[in-house]
This record gives sequence, structure tokens and C-alpha cells, in this order.
Amino acid sequence: MSKPREKTKDSISIAITGSGGAGVMTAGNLLLEVAAQAGWYGLMVRSSGPQIRGGEAAALLRFSHAPVECLDDRFDVLIGIDWQNIHRFADEIPLDASSVMLGDPDQGEPPEVFSARGASYVPLAFKQMAKALPGSWPNMIALGLAAGLAGLPADSVKAVLQKSLKKGGGEKMAANLAAAEAGYAAASSVPAMARLAGQAAHKAGKDARWLITGNQAAGFGAVRGGVRFCAAYPITPATEVLEWLAPALPKVGGTLVQAEDELASVNMIVGASYGGVPALTATAGPGLSLMTEAIGLAVAAEVPIVVVDVMRGGPSTGIPAKSEQSDVSIALYGLHGDAPRLVVAPNSIADCVSATQWAVHLAEALQSPAIVLSDQYFGQTRAVVDPPADIGLVGDRLKANAGAEGYKRYAITDSGISPMAVPGTPGTAYTADGLEHNERGLPSSQSGDHIRQLDKRAKKLAQFDYGERWAELEGEGELAVVTFGSCTGAAREALARAAAEGIKARLVSLRLLSPVQPERLAKALAGAKRVLVVEQNHTGQLYRYLRAEYDLPGEVRSFRHPGPLPMRPDEIHQQITEWSRS
Amino acid sequence: MSTKKSSKKVSKSSGKTRAKPAAKKTAVKAKRTAAPKRVAAKAAGKTAAKAVVKSAAEFMAHAYAMEAEAAERYAEFADSMEVHNNREVAELFRKLSRIEQRHADQIMEQMGWKQSPATAADVRWEGAEGPETADPTELHYLMQPYHALQIALHNEKRARDFFAHLAKATKDVGVRQGALEMEEEEAEHVRLIEEWLKRTPKPDANWQADPDPPVLSD
Amino acid sequence: MNTVAAAAPLTAQAFKSDYKPIWCPGCGDYSVLSSFTKAFAKLNLRPENVAVVSGIGCSSRIPAYTNCYGFHGVHGRSLAAAAGLKLARPDLTVVVASGDGDGYSIGGNHFLHACRRNVDLTYVVMDNHVYGMTKGQPSPTTEPDWDSKLSPGGTGLRTFNPLVIALAAGANFVARAFAGDPNGTAEIIAEAMRTPGFSFVEILSPCVTFRPEQREWKQMVRPAPVTPTEDAARAARRLMSDDGMNIGVLFKGDRKPYQPPIGKGKKHPSDLEAEFAL
Repeated sequence: MSKPREKTKDSISIAITGSGGAGVMTAGNLLLEVAAQAGWYGLMVRSSGPQIRGGEAAALLRFSHAPVECLDDRFDVLIGIDWQNIHRFADEIPLDASSVMLGDPDQGEPPEVFSARGASYVPLAFKQMAKALPGSWPNMIALGLAAGLAGLPADSVKAVLQKSLKKGGGEKMAANLAAAEAGYAAASSVPAMARLAGQAAHKAGKDARWLITGNQAAGFGAVRGGVRFCAAYPITPATEVLEWLAPALPKVGGTLVQAEDELASVNMIVGASYGGVPALTATAGPGLSLMTEAIGLAVAAEVPIVVVDVMRGGPSTGIPAKSEQSDVSIALYGLHGDAPRLVVAPNSIADCVSATQWAVHLAEALQSPAIVLSDQYFGQTRAVVDPPADIGLVGDRLKANAGAEGYKRYAITDSGISPMAVPGTPGTAYTADGLEHNERGLPSSQSGDHIRQLDKRAKKLAQFDYGERWAELEGEGELAVVTFGSCTGAAREALARAAAEGIKARLVSLRLLSPVQPERLAKALAGAKRVLVVEQNHTGQLYRYLRAEYDLPGEVRSFRHPGPLPMRPDEIHQQITEWSRS
Repeated sequence: MSTKKSSKKVSKSSGKTRAKPAAKKTAVKAKRTAAPKRVAAKAAGKTAAKAVVKSAAEFMAHAYAMEAEAAERYAEFADSMEVHNNREVAELFRKLSRIEQRHADQIMEQMGWKQSPATAADVRWEGAEGPETADPTELHYLMQPYHALQIALHNEKRARDFFAHLAKATKDVGVRQGALEMEEEEAEHVRLIEEWLKRTPKPDANWQADPDPPVLSD
Repeated sequence: MNTVAAAAPLTAQAFKSDYKPIWCPGCGDYSVLSSFTKAFAKLNLRPENVAVVSGIGCSSRIPAYTNCYGFHGVHGRSLAAAAGLKLARPDLTVVVASGDGDGYSIGGNHFLHACRRNVDLTYVVMDNHVYGMTKGQPSPTTEPDWDSKLSPGGTGLRTFNPLVIALAAGANFVARAFAGDPNGTAEIIAEAMRTPGFSFVEILSPCVTFRPEQREWKQMVRPAPVTPTEDAARAARRLMSDDGMNIGVLFKGDRKPYQPPIGKGKKHPSDLEAEFAL
């Protein structure tokens, strides 16, 4: 451990694997906390088999002294507490000749698929080491080892572990501290690894960094935006949004109810919001499919609601616990009839707070449903982030005054927004209806009413000033990468690498997918000759949408692949460099 | 009307209503003609079997409730016929509604009531509804004035029989006097409607025929 | 029930809107509408404090015919929307209107869970044993041999017994009413609304267009020959053996309504940040 390191690098990636009972996720989470304690940035992606208990699991970590938004192209270290079925993670844990594998020789050799990549192997008898320290767990040895290899301070390991074990009752504290120390010491037997470039920087007080998952962040953003009602039906990988909100909402005067299915949860939030209380639910693809009818009701009846869709592999049940950006089309087009709606996509874990908050604000301001397109990568990844600033926007709908003369709920106005009466207000009772209606809200099948109300609903979204928040715009150059969501981090890193090689390119990460912003995008892409649309799905859903709705300048290419493999910086970087040189 | 149905108390009297001599019935109801009506399955008189009205004021409150409910029901029928583009029958029901409403208003006036008596909402009849209130299931969108008048005739007969029964059942002199007057008046209505029916063409056997099937809605 | 005492009591008529029903002349739902408004007047409610929530079907057209706040949602989901509304706004009186197709078929799952959840709602199902708005298809309460275009010769399926199912699922109040008796029905609805928790009122409401034989119901219904019980098992046994024509309140329990607190917590969202901050 004390060997001098000559090389430095911008980030360090470590994977810890093992089967059920190995405590992989616990070790990974503690390692992330150690890094946070040491003033590092980092994140941990979870990957696991389909088993509820006992399945193979991988904690995929990356650390840096600068904010980390995505996984790297490769891993420096793979620690296998055991190797059972770990070969299934071969694609998710790319190794190369400079990678090191550490494993317990008593558990057999590392899977061939890893060794074949030329990674070196260092055996380490985790189980025996743990046995020598009665009451200790092998994963604590792995934790110490990983921390040692990464160059994290031993003090941080100790501090985090003490705190964590104390929470668990302090049992076997000494043994497990000793185990982590033993693992830490064992790191010195491993060939030297590059150190992190730059300096760790602690932040405290208001600027103290947060340790948060995207799902928690979406829940918190909802509360910040003013959501006080949630109806919940569990679904992987969105459940944690709901579980976070369950205790949080009552603290701020809200409530959460568990529904019998997604049909109920979405209709419950429509009912609650009709009652004047900003409301949200969270789901994933299968749930969103079920919810589309009621989201259409929210369009027609102009009831603000927010649906967070934590995207996972589809179609159908698909790959529930792994990420994919394949709900773009259903979010944009998935309602019957001409049904304008808001679709907002966060582009980082921290942005899950702000984007969700913004979505609540927009939904309330525009009396419209808003779909927030998060994904499993954001939702279940835990990261050290700079605290997301409160964007200062809360849900505030235009309400009707009591006894408003000749009140018309769906009055045609310049903005398309008409005052919404909250039940309990005297003199403004109306019926919210999914049937097409006239300005009063009474059912009408006449063409004039239909056109007026269609125009009204389209206009209010189209005319609204969404400000600068519609997209993140970075860099300049004739090549532009247009992307959204969790591909943004990888795209940003790819552009940084290209810039270091002298290739200029710009990044457009769309936060507002719907309604379209043709003028803004045209301005953002002014002068671009090549547009590369990057997304994580099989059919290029964003690409097709952009081609259909926008006039994109110059040559336009789609770069995409489906989940569950994340979009990695290198693959985008390659696209950029190859295209730039051609 | 189902007479098998419903138990319930007949009515409650409210101390609020001012006791005034009952039923100086006005010479109203210049209307209705006659013709036979359908089965009056259960003798309408039975609807009042347990009607024990204890005071004249209470009696008038009943009479008011009966007229008001009948007026309201005919108005609903008129609305329904209007929505279903049966203008002729709509107008007829509107007329019947106005007549019943006028009776109700007259009672108000006569009793010096400023607003409908508090008992009215709570008045319960022996049958499911007041003896002059039309049965909604008798409507048909293609019905003709003849059918509407048959409904009206049936109701007037029931009303007549109700008052007749009440006159017999009551021990209160004021009530009996009022009931007899009302009975007479309803009997006059029966005659008027029977006359009216005679002037009204009878529907063809296939009056319900509609070449088009029902329409799909929601 | 949260009845805000009104200064001047309103008449039933004051709860009707000026928008006229499109129901077929003769339809039982007209009478149910009048029972709604009579019940609201009886309970001394104000229109602005009542919300009438419905799904899709003939019966579900009812909200706009009242002067109350109305919500005409999607097919089968009225109970979910109503539960969301009531949980978010416990101060409102929420009445849900449905039919046998909307409530027992497409909305069947929500029916079960609404009974279980026992939110303080009054659920009124206008049952005419047929899908009317789609022109006469069999519903869950249609007799197995009832012939129709969609199910020639009948479905062959046994009928759904909504009252017994409501009892088994935990409804706190179960009654059967008949549209032909709007006053009696109004009393039952008012009692259902007075009773805390989930109250279920099934109303036999004839469809004169597709089930003209239901005009005979008025000859067939009778007051239930028993007094309401607080014993769900007993009520269920009675209902399993009756012919579906007994009218009245059949079960009244005392389960506490489900109403998680709302509006109590006073923390500011920023107070929650501590959980994330390092």
C-alpha cells in the first residue's frame, strides 16, 4: 500500500461481486461512503441476478475528485468474494490487461471470460482471513481491500465502518474493523495502481455534498415542487421513489396511499389533484402502459399530475432491474387522441431533484400531465453529488375565485390556461370530464367545441415560456451530440476526451422532450454540420422523434444501443472522432 | 307504483306550520279529458291506508307535497321528452307540470306560507311516491299525447282515491273537510282528462316501431 | 361525512343542474338522480362541498346533472379517483356513481379494494343487468341465459353477487335500493352517507330500452323482511339466499374509516435535506 505510485488517473473503477450472502452491496455502499467521507466524488451502480435472495450481485463503483456521472469504459479492479455465476456480468464489467482481479482461491479461479481479457489475478483468501477474526465477514475484508487499492485513507474506512456498525447495534465491531484493516493491509500485496489525479476537497455546511439515489432525488424533487399526495403501486425499479415519499410526505403535510394497481394509482392522483392537491406517482414501463388511459383523462380534463417513469428494459416485463431508455415513444405518443402532454427528462442523478421539481411546476402551471423520464441507472445508482439547488419553482395552478360570475372551467383564453375551481369553492362547481366538452365543461360532440378545446390544450403547452431549462447546452463546434437522460454523462465525458484531442463538439442534452422547442433547438444547433443523436434503445426512438418534429441541420446520425449495458464514454468518443476525421 | 313496497311512516307534522283552516280549494284545473287507463294494479286508495293526518295544517302540507312532487316529476318528463325530440309530448308534460305547480302555489298562498312547509321534504306516502306522482318507467321516447294523458289520468285517479280514503280515515273535522274538497277536485280532473283523452287520437298498434337501432354513446 | 352546516337549507331541486339528462325516457337513473339530490338536501349539504365522481356508462353521466363538483373519469376507475379525492380532501363529501358494467366488470378490482380500504365514500351502483351505452351486452349481473348479439344464447356465466362480495371484502355499509322508490332510495343514500367508511348502495335501476321486462321490478321488490345486522356473516347468509329483490339497509358495521392524516406535518421540504447531506 505504501508503494509509490507514479501514474495518476482521473477516475478509479472498482467492481465487487459475489453471490447471495456475500454482502456485495453492503461492501459497495460502505466503500462509496468511505469515498464521500474522504472528500471524493463517486457513484455505485447496482446489478444483480433476478433472484430475490441469494442471487449473484455486482456493485460497480467509480471514484474521482471531479463529479462522476457515468461508469467508465473499463474497471481497474474486480474483487470477487466468490465467482458463482459472476460470468453473467462479463459485459457489464469490462476488464483489460491493466485490470486486476482479486479472488478467494478457495472459491475457485475467476471465470474464463474475465481472464481471457488479460487481467492479472491476485488470489486472496477472504474466507480464511475472516475466519481468523471470529465474528467478521468476508465482505469487510473486501471493503478494506478495495479502499486500500483505491488509495482511500484508512481513517475514513474506520470512521464509516464504526458509524455503520454502531447503527447496526455495534455488534462485532472490533472483529469487522479488524477485517477491514486486514483487507486494507492486503492491498499492498497487489501491483501498484495509479492514484487519483487532483485533490480531495471537503465541502461542509450548505455546500456539503449529498449522497443520494436518483429515485430518492425524484421523490425529494416532487416534495420541493409542492407534491403532497402520492398513490403508489410497487414496481421495479421505481419503488424506491414511492418508499422514499411514504415517510417524507406526512412530514410536510402530505400523504401517500398504496393502490391496488397502477390503474388505481394514476386515477387516485387524478382525483387528488382534481381536489386541488398536487399529486404524483412513480412507475416503470408496464405501469406506464396501464396508466396511459388516465393520463389521457388528465389531458382532456386538464388535471395536473406527474408520473415518474423509471425506465427499464422492455417491452413487456423485459429486464426489470436494468436500465434502458426505451419508453421515449410511449411517453411522447402513448395516449390515444390528440393529447399534448409534458415530458421532462432529468440528465443526472442530481437533476432528478430539479427536473422532477420543474415537472411539478409545469404540470400545475399548465394544468397538464407531466411524465418524468428517469431510468433504472439514475433511479438505483447512489452517488456523491453537489447539492442540487432549489430551482425555486413550485406548483401553483391558476385557481377560480369563489362565485366567479358565469364561471367556465374550460374558458378559451389567450394563454389557453383557464382558472381551475377547487372543490369546496362556492359558485364554481363544474364537472371535470374526459368526454369532449364545451367551455362550461358540459359534454359536447360538436366540431366547434372539439376544435376549440383541442386548440386550447395544444396552445397552452406550445405558448408557454419554458426558459433556459429546456436543455443543457455545452461546448461548440460543427459536430453536435444531441441526447437526453442518462446518456448525458457519458456523452459529456466523450466530448471532454475529444476536446482534449482537439476535436470541438457541442452537447445538447434535452430536458424538455415535449412539447417540442423548434426555435430553441434550431438556435442551439445553428452552424452545426453534423448531428449525432445518442440514446440507449434499439430503435432510435429519440432520433425518430427529432427527425419527425425538427429540422435538424446538416447530416444526422443515430448512435444507439439497447440496455442493459450502459452507454459508455468511449463508444460515443469513437463515434465523434471517426466522424470528425472522415 | 308498487304498493307491495315500502313501509315507512306516513308523515311527520311540524309544529312550525300555522294551523289554518284547510282546503278552500279554488276553482282551478281547467284541463284534462277522459279516457280509460291501464290497470291500476293496486287500488290507489291503499296508498293512504296508514295515512293518519292529525291536523288541517298537516293535511295541507301533504297536499302541497303531493302537488309539488307531481309538478316536479312532470317537468322532468318534459325535459326528458325535449332531450329526446318528442316536442309534442314534452309540451303536454310541461303543461301538466304547470298545472300541478299552480296547485302547489295556491296551497302556499292559501296557507300564507312564505316557503314550502318544512314537512314537505319529509312527507312519506304509503306507496313509493306521492299518489299523484307519475311513474318514470312508463315513459317511452316515441310515446304520444294519448299515453301521456293516460299517465295523467292514472295519477288523478290515485289522487282522488287517496283523498277519499283520507276523508274516511281521519277523525279531524278540518282534515275531513279538506280531504273531501280535494277528492271532489281530483274527481273533476279525472273527468276532464277523460274528456281530453276522447279528443286525442289513439296511437297505432306499432307506435313503438323505430327502424333504426339504438345509438352507441360513451 | 363532513357535513358543513348550511345557513339556509337547500331544496333537492337546488342540487340539480340546468343540464338535462340524456337517459332514455323511462330509465331508472332519472329517479336515482332525484334520490341523490333529495339525500343531499336531507343532509343539509352545500353543493360546493359535495363531489360526485363517476366512471363511464349511462349511470356515470350523473355528475353533470347535479350542481355539485363532478368528476366524470374513465371506465371502471371511479372508485380510485374518488379515493384519491377523499384522501386528499377529507373535508369534502364524496359520492361515487357507477353501473353494473363499470363497477363490477372493468372496475371489479377497485370495488374489492375500496371495500377493504374503507375510505369514507358512498358508492352507488345503478344496476340494470346490462351494458346500455354500448347497446345491450351482458354485464356481470346479467342472467346467464340472456340472449344478446355479443353472447348469443347467453353467457352461461353465473351472476355476480355484489352485496355478498362487498361484505366479504369489508364494506362497512351494504344496502339495496330500488329506483322506483326515489324517496326510500334517498333515505338509504342519506343513511349510507351518514355512516362513516365505505358505504355500498346497490340500486335496481331498470333499463327500459334493453331490458324492458325490468319494468316489472316494481311488482317484484319488497322491503327486506329483516332488520339491518352488524354481523357481516349473517348479512351474507341472508343475501346468499334471497332473490335479489329485498330492499333496505342490510348491513351496517363500525369499522374505522381509512384516512391517513393530511395537512398535519409542518416541516419545510428543506428540512428533509439533512437525510442526504454528508
